[in-house]
Amino acid sequence: MVQVMKRRRTEEATTNPSPAAVTESKTRLIEAIPIPAGDPLETLLLSSGGPLVLQDLELESETLESINSAGVELIVPLIGQGELLGALYLGPRLSDQPYSTDDRRLLGSLASQVAPAMKVAQLVREQQAEAKERERIHQELEVAALIQQTLLPKELPAIPGWHVDAFYRPARAVGGDFYDFIALDDGRLGVVIGDVTDKGVPAALVMATCRSMLRAAAQRHNSPSAVLADVNDALVPEIPPAMFVTCLYAIIDTEAGQIVFANAGHNLPYVRSADGVIELRATGMPLGLMPGMPYDEKRYEMASGEVMVLTSDGITEAHSQEGEMYGFARLMGQVARKPPDGDVVAALVTDLERFTGADAEQEDDITLVVVKRTSSAQDSASTFVPQDANQVLDRFTLASEEGNERIAIDKVTAAVDHLDLDPARLERLKTAVGETVMNAIEHGNENRPELDVGVEVSATDVVVSVRVTDHGGDTPMPETVTPDIEAKLAGEQSPRGWGLFLVEQMVDEVRSTSEGGSHTIELVMNREGDF
Amino acid sequence: MENAFEAMVTKVDDGAVVVMSGTVNRAAKLELEAAYDEAASGPGRVLLDFRGVDYINSTGIAVIVGVLAMARAEDREVGAFGLTDHYREVFTITRLADFMTIYEDETAAAAAG
Repeated sequence: MVQVMKRRRTEEATTNPSPAAVTESKTRLIEAIPIPAGDPLETLLLSSGGPLVLQDLELESETLESINSAGVELIVPLIGQGELLGALYLGPRLSDQPYSTDDRRLLGSLASQVAPAMKVAQLVREQQAEAKERERIHQELEVAALIQQTLLPKELPAIPGWHVDAFYRPARAVGGDFYDFIALDDGRLGVVIGDVTDKGVPAALVMATCRSMLRAAAQRHNSPSAVLADVNDALVPEIPPAMFVTCLYAIIDTEAGQIVFANAGHNLPYVRSADGVIELRATGMPLGLMPGMPYDEKRYEMASGEVMVLTSDGITEAHSQEGEMYGFARLMGQVARKPPDGDVVAALVTDLERFTGADAEQEDDITLVVVKRTSSAQDSASTFVPQDANQVLDRFTLASEEGNERIAIDKVTAAVDHLDLDPARLERLKTAVGETVMNAIEHGNENRPELDVGVEVSATDVVVSVRVTDHGGDTPMPETVTPDIEAKLAGEQSPRGWGLFLVEQMVDEVRSTSEGGSHTIELVMNREGDF
Repeated sequence: MENAFEAMVTKVDDGAVVVMSGTVNRAAKLELEAAYDEAASGPGRVLLDFRGVDYINSTGIAVIVGVLAMARAEDREVGAFGLTDHYREVFTITRLADFMTIYEDETAAAAAG
């Protein structure tokens, strides 16, 4: 849109006015008619090189018609650096004579001097607006950071037999991470870690609301799943559209060492145990999306010396200079390492900085909560007893090359060897793994060897689970169609198309999820029972 | 890793046996089809001997479906033996077993000839 300068237009003469009065009373303001960008008149003015007499113009333009009806006789374009900055609209001369060549030359020369000044004025105004916007954003971020930091715990809980540590570093744009410690009766401790989608003040306000709701619900219920269900229901009507909160809530019985936890879509906690790193898995939807959501509740008994690490996605989704993501595998690897000075937080932050580069701008908030059981009442009985906890047996990646599904089959077979699965069950799992990995190589990763397929094998007391992840996140998994063998034999259908059908027949459950460009198929098989 | 697929044809009184070894997947297509053609050059049934096969995946099942389609087009009987329990189950689930006779072993297959 073009700025328009207006000029008063002479009206009909009144009786015996003084010359000054004539000018004053005979003039009126021509309406400012903007010239839309792309209008043929804009093109014409840009190419004209000077003032244009309206009656000479033959152009199909509604804008030109409006200008004409407003009584304009002459348009003087104001052009700066090839851009139409504005135009002067002039009505008939006071003398009622047409504009002479000299008039037009004078106006053209005036316009060429005015245009650069206008350009400068425009730039100054834009810069002022930008500076104001920057200041507003800066202030908003300060407010967001203030809200967040005011509400995060000022001190860490000091509990005999336990060591609790936390770390929080906001990104410049201040995300919505939070953590909290809630003192409960009977010496129990509530531990919260959460992340609000979105950034800035809106996220900080939701975080503050959610924190208050969690604190209130934690005093009402002894069950973490009830707490999350309660907060979810309370949050749904309050939260702005398209925002939600991922959150993990754990209650630690500090005497017995038992952790009861529920998870609303947050990163899984890891426990470094004598047998390696264990994922504490419990399922549940993020808070604030839909009312009436159920939350799984799981238990884990922490032995003396074990460390539980809770994280936000600012760590796992951090990128290196080469664009590689930090990821869960690296995080798990770091959790598995015992830092010489015992400072798990410092070791994790150092490794993250080494990965991203020390000078890299932090993409998202980074939050870490570390809970270590330093000694137990019955140290002699300190062997850990996982109860429903998901133990990762192996995790590996494969290049997307034909035939690599056989490697996956062999590795999964080795990983589940000690579980003593029934041989028929094992064969079914092998076939399901082979087909799923083959599907990930061919379809998810389109046979591109540089893309890897991730495989994670885990088990609880009840099930074996194999998660196969590829890079085909945006490609939805096709629905399984039962192949029609008669049509295939008659040549009416391709002889292929058995893979997904077979997978579904081989295991007890197939789950499919997509997240951030990656696609995961989880094969779940009961360790015992009827097929 | 993957064992290359091989197929050898032996003529018997009532037809021919395709003795297979290695992996049955899409790479086996040409060789298995050629073996079938050879086995089906004379009269009688074609028996598929799976004793030497260590792995069959969904693309291999597609190859076997292709062979069954060739047999069906000329109304030729196809039988199989030497399948592990697991692959017998897979052949049942996929209904391949409805279009070929699956024998317990070589003796049972010969006796049925």
